[in-house]
Parts: sequence; C-alpha cells; structure tokens
Amino acid sequence: MTRQLLFGNHAFCEGAIAAGVRFYAGYPITPATEIAEFMSRRMFEVDGTYIQMEDELASLNAVMGASVTGVKSVTASAGPGMALIQNELGQAVVAEIPAVVINVGRAGPGIGNATRSGQMEVMQARYGPNGECPAVAISPATVEEAFWLTIKAVNLSETLRTVVIVLAEGLLGLQRAVVDLPDYSTIEQTERPRPTMPPSEYSGAYIANELTDVPPVADFGTGYKTILNTVGIQPRGGGDGSTQGGRLENQDFTIRRLHEKILSRKDEVIMTERHQTEDAEVVYIAFGTQAQSAYLAMQQARAKSVKAGMLRLITIWPFPEDAVRECCAKARLVVVPEMNLGQVRMLVVNALADTEAKVVGVNHVDSTYILPEEILAKTEEFLP
Amino acid sequence: MSADAKKNRPDPMTPLDDLIGQYADMPPGNFRYCPGCGLGMAQSALMRAFHRLDLDISQVASAGGSGCYAVMAHYFKSNHVHGSHGRACAVATGMKLANPELTVLTLQGDGDCLAIGGNHFIHAARRNIDITVICFNNFGFGDTGGQLAPTTPKGSVTETSPFGMPEEAFDPCKLAIGAGASFVARSTVAHPVHLTKTLAEAIAWKGFAFVEVLQHCHVLWGRRNGMPEAMDMLNFYREKSAFNTAAISEEECFGSPIYEPDGEQDINFVLGVLHKEQRPELGEELAKLRQRVKGDAS
Repeated sequence: MTRQLLFGNHAFCEGAIAAGVRFYAGYPITPATEIAEFMSRRMFEVDGTYIQMEDELASLNAVMGASVTGVKSVTASAGPGMALIQNELGQAVVAEIPAVVINVGRAGPGIGNATRSGQMEVMQARYGPNGECPAVAISPATVEEAFWLTIKAVNLSETLRTVVIVLAEGLLGLQRAVVDLPDYSTIEQTERPRPTMPPSEYSGAYIANELTDVPPVADFGTGYKTILNTVGIQPRGGGDGSTQGGRLENQDFTIRRLHEKILSRKDEVIMTERHQTEDAEVVYIAFGTQAQSAYLAMQQARAKSVKAGMLRLITIWPFPEDAVRECCAKARLVVVPEMNLGQVRMLVVNALADTEAKVVGVNHVDSTYILPEEILAKTEEFLP
Repeated sequence: MSADAKKNRPDPMTPLDDLIGQYADMPPGNFRYCPGCGLGMAQSALMRAFHRLDLDISQVASAGGSGCYAVMAHYFKSNHVHGSHGRACAVATGMKLANPELTVLTLQGDGDCLAIGGNHFIHAARRNIDITVICFNNFGFGDTGGQLAPTTPKGSVTETSPFGMPEEAFDPCKLAIGAGASFVARSTVAHPVHLTKTLAEAIAWKGFAFVEVLQHCHVLWGRRNGMPEAMDMLNFYREKSAFNTAAISEEECFGSPIYEPDGEQDINFVLGVLHKEQRPELGEELAKLRQRVKGDAS
C-alpha cells in the first residue's frame, strides 16, 4: 500500500491501471485534461500505450480498436467532447465492445464554461446516443472513490461487454485528497467472456439465445473470425453478415437484449449508500460531490428532530428505482440537490409516481456547491 | 531473382476458386454487390494480394464504416470492425497500436475516407502508423443512392449535383502525400494485375500506405454521365489512365478530375506507386519509447 496525494483526475487513471487498462486514447479538454496528461506518462511506465488523437471521435474509436484486440481501454472527456462522441458511444454499446469513458462534467450547453463544474449530463448518459441505447453510469463522490469506482467501471465493462461511463464532475477531477493505493496485484480483475470452443465451431460474437446473454467474443488475431458488424442490428446467426430469422426479429431481440443483459445483473451493477432511511419522513437523494451536503443536511435535520434520511446514488444508470422506493417508503418529502435543473429529480418523481411523497429539488447551475443550509431551508419550506 | 524463387512466387492471377477456400467466407444467398459492380473485382484483387504475400488471414484485421464496400470484409475470413461512418482510420490505429502483430487494413469508400473521415485519414497518414488504407473511389456516395462526394469530378451529374458538380474534387493521392503518407498508389479495377500487385506492395509496406482504387459505379455515376454499362466504365478507366513511367512528370501524376464530355480536357488518371518514402513508424517509435521510460525508471 502506498499513500499518495492525488487529484481526482489522477485517481481515475490509477484506478484504470489497477483494473488492467493498458491503452488510453484521448483529446485534451478542460476539466478532464489531467487524465490525458497523467496517462501520457503512466501508460508507458506500465508497458501500455497512450495516444493523443485528433478529436474525441477518434479517441473513442481508437479505444474500440484497441479493445477488440483484448486490451482494456479507456478515454475521458467533458462537455462538448461528450456531446461529440455520442454516436461512437452508441456504436460501442451495440457492437458490444468493452470500453470505459470518464466524463468530468463541466457546466452549460455548447462549449459551456470549461473551468466550471456541473452534473448536467445525467440524461445524456442514457438518452444521448441515438436508437434506445442502454447505459451504465456510475458516479464517484470522493477522490478515493474515483479510484475504486474506475476499477469497478472497467470490470463491469468487461463482464457486460458494454461501455461504462464514469459520470464525474470538474469539482471532483480537480479536487486533491490523500488516497491509500493498494498493491495492484491484489485487485480483482474481470475479463469479457471469450469463446471456449475451437475456431471452427465459433460462429460470431453475437450468438445469444436468451435476452440476458452476454455472448463470448474472440480477440482479434487469436485464430477466430470475429466480425463486429451491427448492421441490421447484429446478425444473431453468425458473423458473416447472414441472418437467422427475420431482420426485424433480430433487431427486436438485440435491442431488448442490450438492456436486459444489464438489467438482469442489477445486483452487480446497482450501487447505493443509505443513511437512516428506515424511519425517514424526509429523504435527501444526491450523487457525486453534492452527496456530502445532503449527508450534512440529514445530520442537521436529525438534530432538529426531523426524521431525515439520505440516499446516495452511486450507480446513476440503470437508475436505482428500487432503492429510491425502499428508502422513500415512509417519506412525505424528498429533496434532490443536484447541479442541474432537476434531471435526477425527474427520475425520482417517476420512481415515486405511486406514492404521496412530494419531490422537490435544490438546483445550482452556477457551479457552486449546494450548501446543507439550502437543503434544510427547502425542507422547512415544503415539510407538511 | 533465382529461377526457383520465381517459380514459387504465387501467380497474381491464381484462379479465384483456389483462393476462395483459403481467404473467403462466402455466405449462402445473395452476393450484395450490384451486377457488374467494381467491388467484386476489387475483392478478388485483394484476395490475390493476400495470396501473393502468403498472409495468415486470421492475423488480418480490418476496419470500415458505411458504404457499398462495407460488406466486403464480411466475405473474408479475417477479423473486422464495421464501425460508425468514417472512423476506420481511428479504429485501425487503436488495433495496430494494441496488437502490432496484426496486419491492419481499412476498407473505405471515397465518401467514408475523405468526407466524414477526412480528419482521421490525414492524421493517420501524419503518424505513419503501419496500416493500409484502401479507398474504393466510385466518385460518389453509392450506398445512399449516388450523391456527390469530395471525389466527384467537377461537372459530373449526381443525385445532389443535378446541374453538374460545382466544386473541385480532391485528388486523394495528393491529399495523402500532403498529409505525410509514406506510400501512395493508385490503380483501377480495369487493371486487375496491376491492382493486385499494388495492393500487395501497399500491405507489405512498413508504415502508412494508401491505395486509391478507382472502382466504377455504372449504376449511379455512370448512368448519369453517359456510361450506363459496367464495360463503358471499364473502358473509360483504360482510356483515361496512364501508368506512372519515366515519361510522366510528377505534376502530371496529380490533379483534380474534371468531367467535360465535349471538351478536350477529360479525366486523366496516372496509375502506379506515386510516392514512397521510408519514415519512422509510430508503433516502433512507441516501442522504443517504452524501453526508454523503463530505462529511466531502473
């Protein structure tokens, strides 16, 4: 174990390396730039590859290219860069190429405010790519968690054969904290399912019978013929462009399977943290850096004899609806503090549609921390 | 070359049936090219190039995007990523850097490679990464129904240039050289032996190799420009092409094609290897870098 003073952005990198990542392609963009800078050094120290590409599109495509050869690969971006790569993100998801994308959120639309932080891509993570694309997105709250959740992201991307987004914020990327880094050889790494049959019996990377299947895929250059073609959408019958069954049947099966393979592994994917929610009449639901304020607000509310509880969403997508419902079973009021105009609040409202709980937000889009006092004021304003 | 070596060298015109078993994986049912399409000829030339180089097909990896050519890789026994439109050079860069043992190709159309993918193309050329970019140039977007591309000869009619293409076209080879490609060649499907040899030389080249393959689309471009049959266009390539010999000046090798059916200046194509220059290859440079970083650490 070594103790290091790390930026959040550096902790992502160390987590990726600990998880076995040996390829990084990126394009500098504030506030994610330190990830590229750090990786341009570290990747070569661990016998990996760093390449700075011509844009974010190229970065994620190079990551896909490296990943299909079996090398775990990561890219990072922010704001407009994340907007730019939505198409590539969807392509990696439908082609089922494992990859991790770290989004160090900035604020505002368009080029936004590069040096300011936001939590404004919650909906983008799920609905950004075209064509009903599923998402796995996890959101760290501290620098230490940035390390551990990046490991988790890489492992999930492998076992699920999908893209995992680390949904972070500039406030976290540029925050420094002391982190105890473990011996990386003790880190549990998972691998994508690979074929166990001889090449002659392998008929492609998309052979699935059940909606919950994650089909095995052979790394390029290992003697198997692997065609990662998703036209039509994914030929279930084989990798040769032929289809078994009707094309529309394949399309329906594949789109549903891309979601179902994730949703059927909720225990593995969905992570939350609960504090005093058993008897809570007021529940604060927060994620990322703003969870800290929600936690403090809960403590202060309890001191005033308000039965307050707190739910931290670590996994944002798939959205932890069950956890929200469980924690809000006795709730009369739910407050959702977030650095956007109510994206998670909308999801909470949806999850609690059948209850009487009132759901309100505390929303900052000026990139300043939401203070516990603001959450408490909101509580007093609305508590019936 | 000794007589024996000459004898053992695979004949560039090996019968196709022999090659299909070795390299191709033809699906049952329809062959997806239009009748008479140049892509079938390009595909057989590529198979012959594999044969000529005695390549292990399982170590060949390619990347492509959208376009008529996109089905080609599915007919090979190699590995392939059919990714998003235009990004093949970036995918191929990742593949080659992550596994330098692979023989990496991109199969791209002119629209894919030079319009939407132009940025990735020039940067891959600049890096001199050891990949071979094969650009099937049919003067337009075939898969979407014959719209103009950056390679559509000025003056010619397409679905989105009904009054004649008003813009100047790219000379893809000149662009590749300008961007730093270390091997640049042009051939046509009307010259199958030349095409086979050119593709083989490009694939064997250490560094970024670019081959522009003039491949006719008589259905969408030819029909609108007075060449409605496949043979019309094959004859057109034969008549309008010249091989790059000592008699041809460097300036004559390049140019933006102009289509003037009644004018004297018609489209001209100089075929052959137009540029060759040994430069350090990116993958090897990074391997040296790793050694150096390790040396510093110890």
